[in-house]
Amino acid sequence: MIHKYNMNGYNIVLDINSGAVHVVDDAVYSILDYYENFSKDDIFKKLKDKFNKNTLEEAFSEIESLKNDKLLFSEDIYEPLIDQVKNRNPIVKALCLHVAHDCNLKCGYCFAQEGEYHGRRSLMSFEVGKKAIDFLIKSSKARKNLEIDFFGGEPLMNFDVVKQIVEYAKSIEKEKNKNFRFTITTNGMLLNEKILNFINENMHNVVLSLDGRKEVNDKMRPDMGGNGSYDKIVPRFLKTAQSRNQKNYYVRGTFTGYNKDFSEDVIHMAELGFKQISVEPVVCEPEKEYSIKKEDLPQLFEEYEKLAKKMLEMKKENKEFNFFHFMIDLTGGPCVSKRLVGCGSGTEYLAVTPTGELYPCHQFVGMEDFKLGDVDNGIVKPEIREKFENLNIYTKPACKKCWAKFYCSGGCCANSYNMNGNFLEPYEIGCELQKKRIECAIMLKVAQMDES
Amino acid sequence: MKHIKSLNVKLLQNTMTKGGCGECQTSCQSACKTSCTVANQFCESIK
Repeated sequence: MIHKYNMNGYNIVLDINSGAVHVVDDAVYSILDYYENFSKDDIFKKLKDKFNKNTLEEAFSEIESLKNDKLLFSEDIYEPLIDQVKNRNPIVKALCLHVAHDCNLKCGYCFAQEGEYHGRRSLMSFEVGKKAIDFLIKSSKARKNLEIDFFGGEPLMNFDVVKQIVEYAKSIEKEKNKNFRFTITTNGMLLNEKILNFINENMHNVVLSLDGRKEVNDKMRPDMGGNGSYDKIVPRFLKTAQSRNQKNYYVRGTFTGYNKDFSEDVIHMAELGFKQISVEPVVCEPEKEYSIKKEDLPQLFEEYEKLAKKMLEMKKENKEFNFFHFMIDLTGGPCVSKRLVGCGSGTEYLAVTPTGELYPCHQFVGMEDFKLGDVDNGIVKPEIREKFENLNIYTKPACKKCWAKFYCSGGCCANSYNMNGNFLEPYEIGCELQKKRIECAIMLKVAQMDES
Repeated sequence: MKHIKSLNVKLLQNTMTKGGCGECQTSCQSACKTSCTVANQFCESIK
């Protein structure tokens, strides 16, 4: 399987099963339109008015050479690996700790209903957090690198417990031969110098929620009194970014149907001085006024392309920044085993509620049917985990034939479930946007190669 | 090659035998939370 597209003047060809990326001239690009279904003679006849015979011969022979080297039209040989991946002893290596089911903002699109997650406002106790750490250590078996994400609601509403959990985990990691990496996601409303120092000393990554331009951010991210959060949080976030030497953090926003020109928001944050930026499309019921609709896709595709081109321009002006969704590692990146199964929700990655219940991921929290167990008893409903274990790019029919499968690994199963009521049918709008982001990400790599 | 430039020749097929250690980051932990981005992650064993 190949995928080819033209962007920013480049003819780009992806060989899906090898992961190879090629930039080709018009002759090769045209031959590839027919290569799989027509004989060489027929292809040459079709293209004789566009290219001379010699060019076609050369181009054709280069295609054949790459094919022989398994860099073009390579076979999909990975399906048998699925059983190996599935047969591994199930381990848990990452927990999303919902330390606060409460929030001091009232974001319009919050999937957690202002932090309550279909339940009551509550805060995690240190006791529950400690049990979660113990559960993770036990369930991770020989795995060394473990991740804890402090999430909410707003985790800084329970900062003392965050601190205690970090201190506890660190106090035992050597003895248990583990390496904890902590992340905290915050809206910044309670961020102060003392907390920032603690974050910088202890957190591997910090995710700072900001949607972009003041009017865009404040429309969707007001406080309980209806006042915008932008003015309060931006100076704190800038300080955070600088204090971390512009590394190991993200300002992370959500764009909605209200700001379909979201590239302006990304650029705005870059111009404010942020170097690590992530902005994602909102996922919500289609009837919501701010939802992303199918008819919005052409405009959103244009926005992604516009953003990619703007990033190239800004790089030339030494105003380079990193956009999370355009990051791609073509020289290494994850192994194929990882790419077959994706994020690990419900298997390697679980969410823990303030009262210690375990769910497949933060997006399933509060959905009773998906409660896997709790930190006292571990996983008591393995049949739920099995559902997640069986998810991979070969069990999802649309993914199996999609060119992007090794880049997105089948997408977010919470999105599939929430939008389509099952895990096997991906969320189409999400897929279309994801594919566009991958195309842009690869184009940026091509441009980089071209410039060097 | 005259007509084709390849950006990478490191094949995904080659990761079949060595891969799968599982030490890498869980994708949602970085900065997604509502999508799934895997290809941008790093391999812990080759960094």
